[in-house]
Amino acid sequence: MKEIVCKLLVIGAGPGGYICAIRAGQLGVDTVIVEAVKAGGTCLNIGCIPSKALIHAAEEFDRVRHMSSASDALGISVEQPRLDLAQTVRWKDGIVGRLNSGVLGLLRKARVKIVHGPARFRDGKTVEVETETGTQVIRAETVVIATGSEPVELPFLPFGGPVISSTEALSLASVPKRLVVVGGGYIGLELGTAFAKMGSEVTVVEATPQILPQYDAELVKPVARRLAELGVQVLTDTKAKGLSSQGDGLLIETADGKEQALPADRILVTVGRRPRTEGWGLEELDLERSGRFIRIDDRCRTSMRGIHAIGDVTGEPMLAHRAMAQGEMVAEIVAGRKRAWDKRSIPAVCFTDPEIVTAGLSPDEARAQGYEVRIGQFPFSANGRAMTTQSEDGFVRVVARADTNLVLGLQAVGAGISELSSTFSLALEMGARLEDIAGTIHAHPTRSEGLQEAALKALGHALHI
Amino acid sequence: MGEFIIKMPDVGEGVAEAELVEWHVKPGDPVREDMVLAAVMTDKATVEIPSPVEGTVLWLGAEVGDTVAVKAPLLRIEIAGEGEPVAAEVPAATEPAPKAEARERASAEPIKQQPAAVAPASAAPTETMAPEARKPTERPVPREPAERPLASPAVRLRAQEAGIDLRQVTGTGPAGRIGHDDLDQFLARGAQPAIAPAGLARKTATEEIKVTGMRRRIAEKMRLSASRIPHITYVEEVDVTDLEDLRATMNEARKPDQPKLTILPFLMRAMVRTLAEQPDVNATFDDDAGIVTRYGAVHIGIATQTPAGLIVPVVRHAEARSIWDSAIELTRLAEAARNGTAAREELSGSTITITSLGALGGIVTTPIINHPEVAIVGVNKIAVRPVWDGTQFVPRKIMNLSSSFDHRIVDGWNAAIFVQRIKTLLETPALIFIEG
Repeated sequence: MKEIVCKLLVIGAGPGGYICAIRAGQLGVDTVIVEAVKAGGTCLNIGCIPSKALIHAAEEFDRVRHMSSASDALGISVEQPRLDLAQTVRWKDGIVGRLNSGVLGLLRKARVKIVHGPARFRDGKTVEVETETGTQVIRAETVVIATGSEPVELPFLPFGGPVISSTEALSLASVPKRLVVVGGGYIGLELGTAFAKMGSEVTVVEATPQILPQYDAELVKPVARRLAELGVQVLTDTKAKGLSSQGDGLLIETADGKEQALPADRILVTVGRRPRTEGWGLEELDLERSGRFIRIDDRCRTSMRGIHAIGDVTGEPMLAHRAMAQGEMVAEIVAGRKRAWDKRSIPAVCFTDPEIVTAGLSPDEARAQGYEVRIGQFPFSANGRAMTTQSEDGFVRVVARADTNLVLGLQAVGAGISELSSTFSLALEMGARLEDIAGTIHAHPTRSEGLQEAALKALGHALHI
Repeated sequence: MGEFIIKMPDVGEGVAEAELVEWHVKPGDPVREDMVLAAVMTDKATVEIPSPVEGTVLWLGAEVGDTVAVKAPLLRIEIAGEGEPVAAEVPAATEPAPKAEARERASAEPIKQQPAAVAPASAAPTETMAPEARKPTERPVPREPAERPLASPAVRLRAQEAGIDLRQVTGTGPAGRIGHDDLDQFLARGAQPAIAPAGLARKTATEEIKVTGMRRRIAEKMRLSASRIPHITYVEEVDVTDLEDLRATMNEARKPDQPKLTILPFLMRAMVRTLAEQPDVNATFDDDAGIVTRYGAVHIGIATQTPAGLIVPVVRHAEARSIWDSAIELTRLAEAARNGTAAREELSGSTITITSLGALGGIVTTPIINHPEVAIVGVNKIAVRPVWDGTQFVPRKIMNLSSSFDHRIVDGWNAAIFVQRIKTLLETPALIFIEG
């Protein structure tokens, strides 16, 4: 097969890789992208998008089920609903398919050449791709590694049989009667909550003392409350030990050291993700590492000239929007523009019920960095919009420097507040002070008023509390 | 509402003027009683000026770096109550009562009042600045070195494209935020954008730093010494092997209350012995008056690096100090100099000076004489060198002495004899201790 020679080769068409290729194509860079599975990567095929589809379906089902009970506050009565999960999954797959072809269309429009098949480095400039029609050799001036990450497997609980990863959980044919989730991080809780709403008896097993350990206890409290409401059993300080001997449950060791078997039809293991650094010839390059990740500098350059790396393979936070921003930056660098990573905020959203959104520094992080801080917090229980949508739990919190009122971080927990992430990040990127947020008219009645009130509170003159 | 004028206090003996080194307030700031308003520097002491009243700052009478005569108005404060302007001379925080003669001199040299030079932040009502040209009234917030500059993504992108390091741009916005205007101004001032290809970048930005305070004093002193004194520098190597053995022995045997001996106390003793024979080297030269003053006492200045810069504390009456006594005094003075607690009399009055870059290495220095002295002895690093003893090479500890002399007063011959005598004493250290 004839060799392809190009200026830029992107390995992996996840959110980082495809954005990089599209932007490079827009800038007139001769670009090739290689994808082993499907365009869109984890995010689009087995991550963000399908999980949000499932969460939405579960919420709708739960809402209707709630109405069907005798005591619906709104006065709506409906028949007991039924859920056909197979249909839900088909609907979800339809959306994924639409987005798949959307990405491919955008790549083509940017005149990016797409090669399907697993790639393997021969050397720093040459990659071999096993395509359906044979080995394709690609030579490139610049290579971008965007191979992403994959779920971590527990050695004593290997995937297979009842033990599933998030990937399988998104394509189940029926709702499992009893679901045990190992790992109380955001992926486990998002899916665990969805299945609880669809009717599963869900138990979450978390080894640390708190679910969502990366968030502070205050932010997690409304989520824990809602889980309890949904009947989800949360076992903290509890270790998973392996499958029970019959294979119909999970052996655990509880906080007090007792072993116990949790009966389960499915065991969903969500104990984190690891960078995909094997199977594509990284060993041929001997790139410097930073822990498990490939080490990069502020221009996403690796230790080898002409090789960049972006996305989950380069480190935390493993988030699609970080990868996209890196991909865009690298494309511009390859096109000869002067760019360096100088983002102030990589917001993070947790689509639990209620949702959690964070940007910048938490109060503890800010203090640990030596700032004297001023904190304002406003509860949704004092927000009209929250009351009228029957979801008053949660709050908005703003963390600012005490000396200049410069906003250092913003956090919120509450129904639908993932959409506040853009405001939060904009405030941080623009270098907003408390006065800026307090002095901006926030439309009434919306949840976003809570942000303005939090800023006012930090300044010492909240109006609605 | 009344007005209260604070004048430059008489900050010390015979001082007619002082340099303003720092403002702690700006016009519009509220002040409380005893709040520090400014810092001024005289000689080598920094003095803080407290506020005697409570009120609001109206006007600052000088800029940082200005020299202000004693009794000249320093700032005006608006106070509640009496409408009659009150002038006050604030006693300086650390200094004794003013002296009459100093006041007289001060009044003979009044400082110009320059309302125009006051920062625009004062925004007097008569100001005719167009509203759109008015700058935000907040002063730039100083940034920590590692702190990321505060600027919107659009400003950051422009800076990247122009190759500008935003850390060098002053932000005039809230909390020190850098806006498009600040970037425009920075570019207009002619900061050359750095061409930044991968890796090595050209940096063409320049930074102007006003020489004030300690650095200005050092600069003046050095200019005086270097321009007035024709230096002759003489370098000789000294075999300090025996001296080092002796020093090691003495350090091992020292009592708990004795400091660790360096080579300096020995050198000081050797200098004292030599200066007794060559009084013309232990002298000061007032070239305006044409008078050389020789001293019976040997006050040895010790050039000392401090965080603020070079200063020279003085070991007084070295001729009357033993090795241990000298060592104790050296330790005490070095400490006082470094943490800024040295008294003025401990920082002046030397008759000869030692300068040592010791640990840093270097084989030769060309020391600049501490005006109006006529000699300075520089110590270079001790190094083990092969020395031919007549039959073979042996390792010896060799130290160079780089000494400068005022060639108007000290002839080359005498300079050489001075250094050779010190060399003899240091090479046979027993001689240092032999009386007579």
